[in-house]
Amino acid sequence: MGSAIEIHGVSKHFRLHKDRPQSLKERVIRFGRSDHDEFWALRDVDVEVAAGETVGLLGANGSGKSTLLKCVAGILRPTEGSIVRHGRIAALLELGSGFHPELTGRENVFLNGSILGLSRADVTRVFDDIVDFAEIEPFIDMQVKHYSSGMYTRLAFAVAVNVAPEILLVDEVLAVGDEAFQQKCLERIKVFQRDGVTILFVTHSADLVRQICDRGVVLDHGRKVSDGSPGEAILALRETLRSRGAEVPDGLDDADDPDHPAARATLAVRITGAEIEYPEAGRNHLLPDEPLRIHLHYRAAIPLDDVVFAINVFDQRGNLLLGTNTQLLGDDVDRVEGDGEVVFELERVPLLDGVYEVHLGIHNRDGGTSYDFRGGQDFVQVLNPTRTIGLVHFPVRARQVPGEPGDGGT
Amino acid sequence: MSARTATPAPTAPNLDIARKRGPWRRVADVWVYRELLLNLTRKELKVKYKNSVLGFLWSLLNPLLYLVVYYVVFQYFLKTSIPVFAVFLLAGLLPWTFFSNALGAGTTSIVGNSSLVGKVWFPREILPLAAIGAAMVHFLLQSVVLIGALFVFGINPAWGYMPLLVPALLALVLFLAALTVALSAANVYLRDTQHLLELLVMAWFWLSPIVYPYRQAYDQLGRWGSLYLLNPMVSILITFQRIFYNKVSAGPIPILPDGSVWWYLRNLAIVGMASTVLLVGALVLFGRLEDDFAEEI
Repeated sequence: MGSAIEIHGVSKHFRLHKDRPQSLKERVIRFGRSDHDEFWALRDVDVEVAAGETVGLLGANGSGKSTLLKCVAGILRPTEGSIVRHGRIAALLELGSGFHPELTGRENVFLNGSILGLSRADVTRVFDDIVDFAEIEPFIDMQVKHYSSGMYTRLAFAVAVNVAPEILLVDEVLAVGDEAFQQKCLERIKVFQRDGVTILFVTHSADLVRQICDRGVVLDHGRKVSDGSPGEAILALRETLRSRGAEVPDGLDDADDPDHPAARATLAVRITGAEIEYPEAGRNHLLPDEPLRIHLHYRAAIPLDDVVFAINVFDQRGNLLLGTNTQLLGDDVDRVEGDGEVVFELERVPLLDGVYEVHLGIHNRDGGTSYDFRGGQDFVQVLNPTRTIGLVHFPVRARQVPGEPGDGGT
Repeated sequence: MSARTATPAPTAPNLDIARKRGPWRRVADVWVYRELLLNLTRKELKVKYKNSVLGFLWSLLNPLLYLVVYYVVFQYFLKTSIPVFAVFLLAGLLPWTFFSNALGAGTTSIVGNSSLVGKVWFPREILPLAAIGAAMVHFLLQSVVLIGALFVFGINPAWGYMPLLVPALLALVLFLAALTVALSAANVYLRDTQHLLELLVMAWFWLSPIVYPYRQAYDQLGRWGSLYLLNPMVSILITFQRIFYNKVSAGPIPILPDGSVWWYLRNLAIVGMASTVLLVGALVLFGRLEDDFAEEI
C-alpha cells in the first residue's frame, strides 16, 4: 500500500509581530526598527501516512500540530520542505467556517459544498442525506443565524462528512456537539476508515487516539518528538505536557485573577515544594487502582496553629475529581513552625488514562485566609494498559445470561 | 448511514503542494473552481439584499437618484451645453460605478472573508473575482435604467458600434481582475490600501470623462491629448458613451472622438492586452503574498 501523504523536511517560519503595524503610518514610524521575533512553528518535520491509515497529531498548545495540518491542507505554505498528497482531500479545520449567517441552511449547504470542491449536481444528489444526518429538516429554509449552535454544528458536519474524500483532515471538530452527535460522528469516521479513507487529525483527547488511531505523531515546539503506536504517542504527549508544566512559574499564570487563590495568598506559610510519589521508583505513571503519595513541603514564617492543608485533583477538562483537606479528613495538623512536610496518601486511584492536575493549598480553618497556593505544576499520570476508555476505573465484569431455548421467535 | 457521497473536485494528484504555483496554474485552478466563483457571486448578491423589502430595486434606485441629481445640477444650475445630459451621464456613470464598486469590494474581499481563508483551501483569487462578478450583476441590472432613459429621451443607440460592448466589458473585467487581485493581497498586510484607494478612486473619477465629455479634456490638453488615453478607463468609458449616447458632437461642441469602430476597438485591445500583462504580474504578486494569509488575517 502506497502512502497518501508524504511530508518531508517541512519547516514553517513565522514572524511573530509583537504589535503588528497594520497601517502605513505605523510602518513609517517604525521604519528600520524590526519589531518582531523570528519563530519556527515547524522545524524539519517528516511524517508519512500510508493510504487508509488513521494518524493522530498530538501536542500541547503551540506545538505546531495545527500549523502542520494547515500546511497539509494547503492553507499555509511551508517555508521549506515538500508535501505530496495522493488523492482527493477534504479538510475539516473548522466546522461551518464557510457558513454565512444571513443565508438559509439550504443555501449554505450548497455554498459550503462548493467551497469543499463539490459541484451543484453533487450536492443536490446528497442533499437529503445531509439534512437527514444533521436532523434539521424543518429548519433547512431558515436563516442560519437563527440556528442554535448545535444545529449549526450538525449541519456543518453533515456537509463535511457527505463529501467522499480519499484523504480527510480533521482539526478537533469532534470535540463539539452533544454526546449523541459525537457518537454519530465517530461512527461516520469509522465508516470512512472501513472505506479506506486516509485520516489525519489533530486532537487533545487520549481516548480518541486510543479508540480510532493506528498511529500517533507527537509534536513539541515544532519538532516531531514521537511517531509510533497510540500508546507510545500518549506517553510522549504527557512527557511534553509535563515538561511544559514545569516551565510555568509558580502560579504566575493565574495570579492576575483577583479571585484566584494564588492572588489572595498571604504567604505566612509557604509551599516550598511538592512531589508526586509513584508506587515504584523510576516510574513516571500509575496504573489504574494503584496507590499514590503526594508530598507537600512548607515553610512557616511565623508559628501558626490555625492551618489546613488542602488538595484538589482535576481532570484535563478542569473537572474537580477530588477536593479535600486535612480538616475534612479529620487529620488535623498540629502547629506549624519552620520547615515541614505533609503527605497525602491516596490508597487507591481508580482512574483510567489521563494526566490529572493536582492543586495544593494552605489556608486557615474557616477558609478566610489563604496562606499559599500551588497549581499548574503537579501532574499525576495514569496509564491504562487495557483498551477500556473513560475516566473512572469501575470494577466491571460482563457475563452472558443464557436465553431460554426456543424463546427467540417473539 | 448513506452509501451515496459526493465527490470533491479532483485536484492534480502527486503534486507537491508546498511548491509555488505559477500564474498559469493559478488560472487553471480558478477554472476548476468556477462553480465556487458563481456561488460566491450569488452569495454576495443574496446577502446584500437579504431582509430588505425592495431587494434588487435598491440597485436601480442608486443610478436613478444620481440621474436626477446630476441632471438637475448640470442641466439647470450649470447650464451644460451637452444635449440630453442625463443619457450622456448614465452611459459613463454606470460602467464607472461597476468599476469603483468592484474595486472597493474586491480589495477588501480577502480580509472580509477571513473565516474562509483561514480554514479552507480554494484558489483565493476567487474572492476578488467574485466581488467583480457581483458588481457586474449590479451593472447589468442598472443598465435597465439606461435603456429606460434611451426610450424616454428618444435616443437611438449606435447599432454599428454595439458589438464593441463585448470587448469593452472584457477589457474592463481584465483590468479589474488585475487591480483587485493585487490590491486584495496587499490589503491583507497593509490595511491602508483600502482607505488610500477610496481617495484615489475619487480623483480617478474626475480624471475620467464621465460628467464632462472626452473631447473637452482632449482638446484642452492640446498636443498632449493622447496622454489622456493612458487612463485605461477613458478608452472603456468613451466606448460606452459612443454606443449609447451616440453623439460625436452637439453643434459646434465636440463631445466624443470621431473614430471608427476600429479606432475604438484598437484602444480597447491595448487596454485588454496591458491588463492581461498586469494580471499575470498581479497573480505572481498574489502568489508571493498568499503564503501567510491564514496567519496574517
